[in-house]
Amino acid sequence: MSLYEQFRAHVRAQTPVALATVVEGPGVGAKLMVTRIDGAEEVSGSLGHPDLNRVVARDTAGELEAGRTGVRHYGPEGQATPEDLVDTPTVVVFIESFSPPPQMWIFGAVDFTAALGRVAKVLGYRVTVCDAREIFATKRRFPMADEVMVTWPTPMFESRGHTLGPRDAVCILTHDPKFDVPAVQGALATNVGYIGVMGSRKTHAKRLERLAEVGVSSPEQLSRLMSPIGLDLGGRTPEETAIAICAEIIARRTGHTATSLKLTSGSIHS
Amino acid sequence: MREILDDIDRWRTAGKQVAVARVINIEGSGPRDPGAAMAVNEDGEVAGSVSGGCVEGAVVSEALAIIHDGGPGKMVSFGYSDDEAFAVGLTCGGIIRLYIERLDW
Repeated sequence: MSLYEQFRAHVRAQTPVALATVVEGPGVGAKLMVTRIDGAEEVSGSLGHPDLNRVVARDTAGELEAGRTGVRHYGPEGQATPEDLVDTPTVVVFIESFSPPPQMWIFGAVDFTAALGRVAKVLGYRVTVCDAREIFATKRRFPMADEVMVTWPTPMFESRGHTLGPRDAVCILTHDPKFDVPAVQGALATNVGYIGVMGSRKTHAKRLERLAEVGVSSPEQLSRLMSPIGLDLGGRTPEETAIAICAEIIARRTGHTATSLKLTSGSIHS
Repeated sequence: MREILDDIDRWRTAGKQVAVARVINIEGSGPRDPGAAMAVNEDGEVAGSVSGGCVEGAVVSEALAIIHDGGPGKMVSFGYSDDEAFAVGLTCGGIIRLYIERLDW
């Protein structure tokens, strides 16, 4: 199998993989690929010198871990410090990380779920819909979902909560304290980047009381909850609400203000 | 590159030569991040994008040249002004650096 075919297989299988390519300098076009399978790193390909391979593999593994993409400079024999690079040609290496798509877990099999699932798919999420009610949580009602789980939040988080990270989102649309209190508890125990909880301001206030009853009351924990969920776009339909939720997720990730650009100044893409 | 794999497969299965352009870095303001990729086959068909429309035409010419010359990959830079960006409805301007190579690895 060629390196490209191996690379393609890893991307398709959603195995974390990073590709290092010499884009300038000696050996332009040479490639090194690093994958992480069951926690162990595997390296294939070569940039033409064993020491260069060793140093670039180390850096590529680091970039993959962080999910970063960018350019690094080396000497032809793996020199990496500025002093060592003074009298050598520079090998410019582009390191590109391919991480599995971010996850969105949606709790509650309601109309808003279908709309949110569709918008999340447009943004590239792997969508999981979760509800304990078998007659509502069906693949037929949520064909856009990558999976539909008939289960309660607690077992869901216990079995898979550790897979959630800063790029991922948990959206709790149930409106039912039986379901959304354990879902909030479960989500807070993970490193998930976004936790949104649907409901009116009144529902939100009641939910805070119920959360306090189960010991979730520290400002630090509660500040992670985006509740009521979504940006204030004034929309009403499930689809408009889905856009408001996804727009909030993007704004939280980027740290931007979610204001019309017309009303702000400065660089747009920074 | 994930999103262009299916097109690349289709082209390669049909025996077409393919070149891939990837965004390496951007100075100033750009609509696509490093890693954004675009593939071009020997017939000039395109999959993916690297800039949101500002430089794709020029990338196709460079990619076809690399496919036909058979040479190694190379870096190319495009400056795109606010005027050019405006023409395609983008509020961006800056320099985009791409690496273009034949998909022969």
